[in-house]
Amino acid sequence: MSEVVQSTGSAATRSARRTNWARGFYRFRQNPLSVVGLVIVVLLLLLALFGEYIAPYPEHLNGELNVANRFQPPSAEFWFGTNEVGQDIFSLVLAGARISLLSGIAVIVVATLIGTFIGVIAGYFGSWLDEVLMRFTDLVLTLPALILAMAIAAGLGPSIPNMILALALAWWPGFARMARGEVLSTKAELYVLAAKAQGGGNTRILTRHILPNITSPIIVKMSLDVGFAILAVASLGFIGIGVRPPTPEWGVMLSVSRSNLPHFWWTAIFPGMAIFLSVLSFNFMGDGLRDVFDPRARR
Amino acid sequence: MLRYALFRIALIAPLLIGLSMLVFVIGRVLPGDPAGLAAGPYATMEQREAIAAEYGLDQPIPVQYWRYITGVLEGDFGRSLMTRRPVAGDLAGYLPATLELVFFSLFLAILIGIPLGLIAGIRRNSATDMTIAAGTLSAMSMPQFFLGLVLQLIFGMMLSWLPLSGRLPFIVSPPPGVTGFYTIDSLIAGDLTAFRYSLLHLILPALTMALAPIATIARIMRSSTIEVLQQDYVQTERALGLPSSLILFKYVSKNAASATLTLIGLYVGWLLGSTVLVEKVFDWPGIGLYATNAILNQDFNPVIAVTLAIGVVFILANLVVDMLYGVLNPKVSNKQ
Repeated sequence: MSEVVQSTGSAATRSARRTNWARGFYRFRQNPLSVVGLVIVVLLLLLALFGEYIAPYPEHLNGELNVANRFQPPSAEFWFGTNEVGQDIFSLVLAGARISLLSGIAVIVVATLIGTFIGVIAGYFGSWLDEVLMRFTDLVLTLPALILAMAIAAGLGPSIPNMILALALAWWPGFARMARGEVLSTKAELYVLAAKAQGGGNTRILTRHILPNITSPIIVKMSLDVGFAILAVASLGFIGIGVRPPTPEWGVMLSVSRSNLPHFWWTAIFPGMAIFLSVLSFNFMGDGLRDVFDPRARR
Repeated sequence: MLRYALFRIALIAPLLIGLSMLVFVIGRVLPGDPAGLAAGPYATMEQREAIAAEYGLDQPIPVQYWRYITGVLEGDFGRSLMTRRPVAGDLAGYLPATLELVFFSLFLAILIGIPLGLIAGIRRNSATDMTIAAGTLSAMSMPQFFLGLVLQLIFGMMLSWLPLSGRLPFIVSPPPGVTGFYTIDSLIAGDLTAFRYSLLHLILPALTMALAPIATIARIMRSSTIEVLQQDYVQTERALGLPSSLILFKYVSKNAASATLTLIGLYVGWLLGSTVLVEKVFDWPGIGLYATNAILNQDFNPVIAVTLAIGVVFILANLVVDMLYGVLNPKVSNKQ
């Protein structure tokens, strides 16, 4: 039945979809904070891609030192001041956007893939497979994500890909639970039963009928989680696991700056504000996306 | 209620077994070459094999797990390579410091968060409400290690009002250990100087940890206050002329209790995880700092032990929270 509707009404579907987008964007605009969040997120993503090229002192990003200018306070020459080896903190913070943002996004993408896979399998096939997978998910949830990620990262050894993997391995259970719940309710829909009655195989039903219908809550959760993943990446950098100095990562920069306080406060404040601002803007944007996809959650 | 309690307690055993397996896999299987790590980078092949034999690392994994878990049940978590002491002893020293911090920050969160949420709920959509809303949203995005540094910078370094780090100054000797909480132990010993200092040392790290929970509990409290104020029975009592403060106290205090429970359930794990960061910033000698140093030194026994300890505390805390929910709301306990 769904096939027939698809083949006859594709133009109508397309225009309905467009109306949906317009309505979604309208809902998103209703909350000014979400728009502010979106604007900052776009700016941050641009910085993550092109930050290196607009940095006023690109040579500092390759580890060049300028000890004569160490600990310069913020000025017209050095907007955010300089650090203990005379590098321009503004340039370093710009370059840090790439590592922090891309790692944070990578963590969520990997966690979503793992979690959705496990959750969909558990929810769709049910019975003992569901029991085993969900009990395992609950088990992973008994450990705080940061602690679990630290332990895994320690076992895997320090490197950026390992840090991303460790965080993703600690992060997937939330997605698994959500995906399972969504699959359980979608599975009972008439169109899925119809597809089954027509003899559709499991793969076809999963990829054509179930997955497309559970993507919006997953996208909302992804966007809400990216901010916290950026925070987690910075946290691991601050602790000293994951990204290592002299790589310009915000958490690492904060960790190094501790010994420069209180006199050289700018070495801590600017990287810290960068983390705060990016987490905040992703959270604002995520709130707006939730309003769009899940109007019931609005207050 | 009793049946529910027994059911919940019975569920703990398989959870603990699963947790210990998970932690064992992370700590012993993931590193690939634990014997090599324990022997150090300059060890010869023979030295490595000797260490592997000594720690039983040459045995099959199930045998290793069995040995490990029977050891843990006897209170033996192995030795730390870094401190050369048994991990169990280290843990006994560091865990109370962490728990004191966690309890104190939960206390602060409730003390500050509930009134904030109440005010925001009563003055809904006013400027005060908006300010509180903006503040709580920002608080949730604030990295703790950054907040900790800023608080240190302002209150410790610039104003010199509060101590920067540690649990007590060097000149003050810790009170004799009863609970391991310096604030309580010093009161038991009647040592007011130690009490004052340990409380002062607690404020900044606990406030750092409490900020996000304060924001959450304020949000929960705000929406439950709004909900209560819209109920018919509240409107009726108002119409009858009962003072609003009395009405608020009567209905909102119950909500405060359940908001607090929700908060604890949500945040115990989060707080335990964040001790790693906050303890590093404030040099707080708890299990978070212990685990961090162990990881940086590739010292796995403490890492496994801390992970296990945190998992156990988390499971127990959630058990208590769920039981109290059952007390507050009998519908919950009847479900099972």
